[in-house]
Amino acid sequence: MAEGERTAAEKADFKRELTEVVPHLRAFARGLCGRPDMADDLVQEALLKAWAAQARFEPGTSMRAWTFVILRNAYLTDMRRNRFRGDYDETVAERILTAPAGQEEPIHLSDMHRALLTLPPERREALLLVGAGGFSYEEAAQICGCAVGTIKSRVGRARATLNDMLAEGNIPQRSIDDDTAHRAILEELDEVAAGNGETNKS
Amino acid sequence: MAAEKNSPSEDASASKHAKDKSGEQPEWANGLKQLYDSVVDEPLPDSFKDLLSKLDYDDGPDEASKGDLG
Repeated sequence: MAEGERTAAEKADFKRELTEVVPHLRAFARGLCGRPDMADDLVQEALLKAWAAQARFEPGTSMRAWTFVILRNAYLTDMRRNRFRGDYDETVAERILTAPAGQEEPIHLSDMHRALLTLPPERREALLLVGAGGFSYEEAAQICGCAVGTIKSRVGRARATLNDMLAEGNIPQRSIDDDTAHRAILEELDEVAAGNGETNKS
Repeated sequence: MAAEKNSPSEDASASKHAKDKSGEQPEWANGLKQLYDSVVDEPLPDSFKDLLSKLDYDDGPDEASKGDLG
């Protein structure tokens, strides 16, 4: 589409908004790919892409949603190039989440993260967007390029899986390192990238 | 976020310990937000500040010379 040259003020606004969403991009990326260093590389890549594409950003719309789409696409591309293996972040292992009242054992942040990373990628991103990022189902559906019902289904399934893993302590230790699992994830990513996700699997 | 209180998944009853009957959040739901927020609250690494300041300069000499970056 033909976009006029942005004024200096508009460029400054874009830059400011882009700067403001960087912490959120880092959090989303960390949830997606686990390793902090790789997540930050991914965010840097997304920032450069967002900057290059700034003429396509509509002022007044959500910068967070717009950049999440860019980040997500960069992640999917990199995953297909086998850059990320879904390794979980060892550095969070020492950090313990606040135990909710009445709970015998606190949930460890590392358990939470590990459980999250064992989810199929399309469910993981849906849960991250809605359950952690605070996006509505509608916004999450737009970011992922799929139907609202699909997002609801993915979030519901992701929650059920995490319920099982975290409440029952059934967290797989090695499944995400397994080559077969990894190939399956890559195949799923192709589906996700094509906007199909798990629609044929339920 | 309001919507999620009203949409327990059909198979969320898989866990007997999860507190999600009556629409309450399971125990780990807050942990997921903490996981996310803990990264949001991290101080921004210098590499990002460097990158963001470079974006201004790469954008063209017109704006860059009077940019408001510190």
